[in-house]
Amino acid sequence: MVTQFLASTFRVSTPLVFAAMGGLMSERAGVINIALEGLMLVGAFGAAIGTHATHSPWLGALCGMGAGLLLAAVYGLFAITLRANQIVAGTAINMLALGLTPFLCKLLYDATGATPSIPAGERFRSAPLWISWALVGCCWFWLGRTRGGLWLTFAGEHPAALDAAGVRVNRVRWAAVLASGALAGLGGASLSIFLASFFSRNMTAGRGFMALAALIFGKWRPIPAALACLLFGFTEAIQMRLQGVPLWGGKPIPVQFIQILPYLVTVVVLAGLVGRSRAPKALGTPFDRN
Amino acid sequence: MNLRVEGGTIHGIIGENGAGKSTAMRLLYGLLRPDTGEILVDGLPRIWRSPLDAITAGIGMVHQHFMLAGPCSALDNVLVGAEPRRWGLVDRRQARTRLETLSRQYGLPVAWDRAVQDLPVGIQQRIEILKLLYRQARILILDEPTAVLTPQETNVLFHNLRKLRSEGKTVLLITHKLREVMEFTDRVTVFRAGRVTGNLMTAETNPQQLADLMVGRKVLLSLAVPEARPRAETAIAVSGLSLATETTGRGRLTEVSFQVQHGEIVGIAGVEGNGQSELLQALLHPRDPRCRSRGSVQMLGQEVTHWSAGQIRALGVAVIPEDRLREGLLPERPVTENFLLGRHRTAAFSRGGLLRLASLETAAARAAEEYDLRPNEPHLPAGRLSGGNQQKLVIAREFAGKPRVVIAAQPTRGVDVGAIEFIHRHIVGARDQGAGVLLVSSELEEILTLSDRILVMFEGRIAAEFRRGEATERELGLRMGGA
Amino acid sequence: MRRVLQPFLAVGLGLALGLLVTRLAGENPWRVLTILVKGAFGSRNDFGMTLFYTTPLIFTGLAVALAFHTGLFNIGAEGQLTMGALAAAMTGAVWPAMPAPLAPLLAGCAALAAGALWGAIPGWLRARRGSHEVINTIMLNFIAAGISSYVALYPLRNPDSQNPETRVIGSGYVLSPWAILGGAPLGLALPLAVGAAGLVWFFLWRTTLGFELRAVGQNEAAARAAGIDPGRVRILALSLAGALAGLVGVAEVLGNAGRFRVGFSPEYGFIGIAVALLGRNHPAGVVAAALLFGALHKGAADLDLETEHVTREIALLLQALVILSVCADGLWNWVFARKTSPR
Repeated sequence: MVTQFLASTFRVSTPLVFAAMGGLMSERAGVINIALEGLMLVGAFGAAIGTHATHSPWLGALCGMGAGLLLAAVYGLFAITLRANQIVAGTAINMLALGLTPFLCKLLYDATGATPSIPAGERFRSAPLWISWALVGCCWFWLGRTRGGLWLTFAGEHPAALDAAGVRVNRVRWAAVLASGALAGLGGASLSIFLASFFSRNMTAGRGFMALAALIFGKWRPIPAALACLLFGFTEAIQMRLQGVPLWGGKPIPVQFIQILPYLVTVVVLAGLVGRSRAPKALGTPFDRN
Repeated sequence: MNLRVEGGTIHGIIGENGAGKSTAMRLLYGLLRPDTGEILVDGLPRIWRSPLDAITAGIGMVHQHFMLAGPCSALDNVLVGAEPRRWGLVDRRQARTRLETLSRQYGLPVAWDRAVQDLPVGIQQRIEILKLLYRQARILILDEPTAVLTPQETNVLFHNLRKLRSEGKTVLLITHKLREVMEFTDRVTVFRAGRVTGNLMTAETNPQQLADLMVGRKVLLSLAVPEARPRAETAIAVSGLSLATETTGRGRLTEVSFQVQHGEIVGIAGVEGNGQSELLQALLHPRDPRCRSRGSVQMLGQEVTHWSAGQIRALGVAVIPEDRLREGLLPERPVTENFLLGRHRTAAFSRGGLLRLASLETAAARAAEEYDLRPNEPHLPAGRLSGGNQQKLVIAREFAGKPRVVIAAQPTRGVDVGAIEFIHRHIVGARDQGAGVLLVSSELEEILTLSDRILVMFEGRIAAEFRRGEATERELGLRMGGA
Repeated sequence: MRRVLQPFLAVGLGLALGLLVTRLAGENPWRVLTILVKGAFGSRNDFGMTLFYTTPLIFTGLAVALAFHTGLFNIGAEGQLTMGALAAAMTGAVWPAMPAPLAPLLAGCAALAAGALWGAIPGWLRARRGSHEVINTIMLNFIAAGISSYVALYPLRNPDSQNPETRVIGSGYVLSPWAILGGAPLGLALPLAVGAAGLVWFFLWRTTLGFELRAVGQNEAAARAAGIDPGRVRILALSLAGALAGLVGVAEVLGNAGRFRVGFSPEYGFIGIAVALLGRNHPAGVVAAALLFGALHKGAADLDLETEHVTREIALLLQALVILSVCADGLWNWVFARKTSPR
């Protein structure tokens, strides 16, 4: 039973891990990414329609990545090139995704609720889980050992120094934001074609923000952030197990209270940090040479 | 602007803030492009599109605010942008070997694996210099390098610069310290208002001439200050103040004790970073969770050690902050609102929770007249005023309440020479009206001119005390350096 | 000049982009625009409904704008209004016999208090624990949805209805609609909202506390040096903001449905962000922007009915595009620089 529970935790954490790695790329480079929620959502949608059309989960996942990439490009345009306030632009991107997905759903399938169901043979059984953890390892390696990783870190810590060293900071940030879109899109894909079998309206339900919280809890480092995702996945898994289980005096806890558990844990976890978590120094500040 | 620098020399560039020296250097370094004219390096005309081009041509710059990413290692900070690679990965070992060779050659040892934020300022500067040497720079531009060094560290720096010169490197030294120019440079160029006003051999000039070229008119290098008449009452009393930082646990303030009487100016001399900022924090924000201090502080006879910042201000304490844009003004708000800041709870401007805007306007207008604020537009955002006028606004506001205690930190930083005199006169004026003045400044001349008593801070302690006229600059400099 | 012109241009740009999207859906953008405008202002009833949607948007817009003045992002207006509405409905259902005018006053206070609490929590978390209010407010939105859902489905469930909603409030609580604009449920809530905007203006620019609030948002270090406690001010600001959002409860529960219906809010909280941004955080701008977005909302509902491909979510899309247009500082810098360059 315990192993089953553990497996459940890992499964449920998969979208969070992808999204957290996406957020990691962007935020380490200095661009706040509130838009993870929206990026995941379009990724979930893209993957669902991609798989439905091509009958292959791999191609569907690719579509999900592509959708995330496209939306991230819009975000990058506003946050980096046009130097808009990153939190405002991120919120707008989330709203954009929230409005666009049912619109496109209606357009393609004449139904706003959900995309058509995808049969089990065309969904993932466990691949995204392994891929997500391999990704964590790759991120860790890439950040520490490659030139790109060094540039990313500097773009977030001291972009002026990077600029003085002759590297184009905004190009690095653009690459980072696009990468975060692709990764968050994969996270969304793992929601719609791995954990579920369709895309439904607003199916991310705050997971993008939980991934962000996990990132902050993990001090913007890949492995601690991924472990934090496991923590949130754990609360989600518990939530599913506890539904209908009698606890106090034989009456079950109302399902709504169990459903809010992951969100509550997020708040508590963030509160326990007392701002000791040190963000990349240039996080949130658009870079302008002058 | 015309500038000619001989190879293998140390060339000084001086001028006031805003005179154009930084702009000139940014042109040389590739951060800006000239509208007209050209740059010739070794006789060949060059155009930079970015700092990378300048570096390739052999010109490198050490900025006043170091371009170092704190949490990253010293090694990473040097090699970013010029990483040696093996099989697509960064080859740190190769870089380290090369750097250690350079360190030995120029006498600049550095602990390469430590995070930059854990290293002392003098070492950080070394890292910056090695950054340039690693990229084979032949011309090094240093922007105000001694601003954060003690006199002893300064000597070490110039020893190193002389070594660089003997190895054929050229050094451009941007500074505002006339003494340094006289002592360490071979030639000097003076900037004023975007133009070069003088190109001289150092041996053929003197500080007075340089100052005149900088300012354009004969300037008194020091104000004549009348004798102080300190009263018996104590304005500020600090006893056994100690403060440990969160990160290293090293004492940033250790057993600091002193008193300031009404009617006297006590100057705290010291290189920045020896605890002055912490002292100010402890005095003005004792309840701030970031500065848990031990010991006691008394102001105007009250024990204020556990008071809130607001309560202390309400006692009648005037504060001229170190960084006026960050701590003293609301740059986007009009002058009148800035006049309100810090005094918005006084009876003059607030009644029953509502603001008294009419009396605010009159008071602000009167102050603008008295302090000669230019331009005299009460609705101009404060950020658009020049540095000197901003500081005058701060002082106008703070002194308007006839304060009994004045705490002035770096009061003339970034202020042009004309306004400096004005500000000094007002500080002395406040003293003569009975206020106890605590002056914190890293400008020795200012300390020597204004202070009736001088306390030297070094590494969080009071290292020495002198009365007016008792100490020379050299002696102060030695004490500031810990000797 | 630019300050007034920029929002108009931004709206124009956002609308234009949104209409382009409808083109993709195969609709004629001109027709879409016509339906939008007619839907919002075509008849007395239409205009009344527009004003009905405008009212809660003024409240949430103020809630976001007030927080912005302190430098805080209040994404939690949705949760705050939910708790406010829940509190009003609970008061009305638990003490149904209470007479007017005490009844609506009591329910109103309950709404204010509940909203204020829901704002104070993230305010406290930010001020004393340093955790960012963006994530906390969003989490609290979900938590509020959960709590209100539970209350509406179990203890205070309406026995006479299949819908997830609370019992009907006592008659003393109801603020009857004024029949001035057709059948639209327009009543006391609208002047209350406009009055609230006036109060917010007065508070921010004419009181000492309001000055402190703005100073903290402008330059926290300077405010701190001037003796202001940023933490205290922030908690106060978010509590007030939450209370403002909570007043939506008065409009919805006392002035419209007479009960708390799960999911009654068509994202009023999020749209409030767009309203505040467009109105440049000034109360007068908020009222104007709320009217615009209320009109958009009503028009989009009509679009849903009258077109084949466009659903009411187009409103969210349009709002997002408007926000993006407003916040593209770099774009407007460029536009306005060119306009003033010949000298």
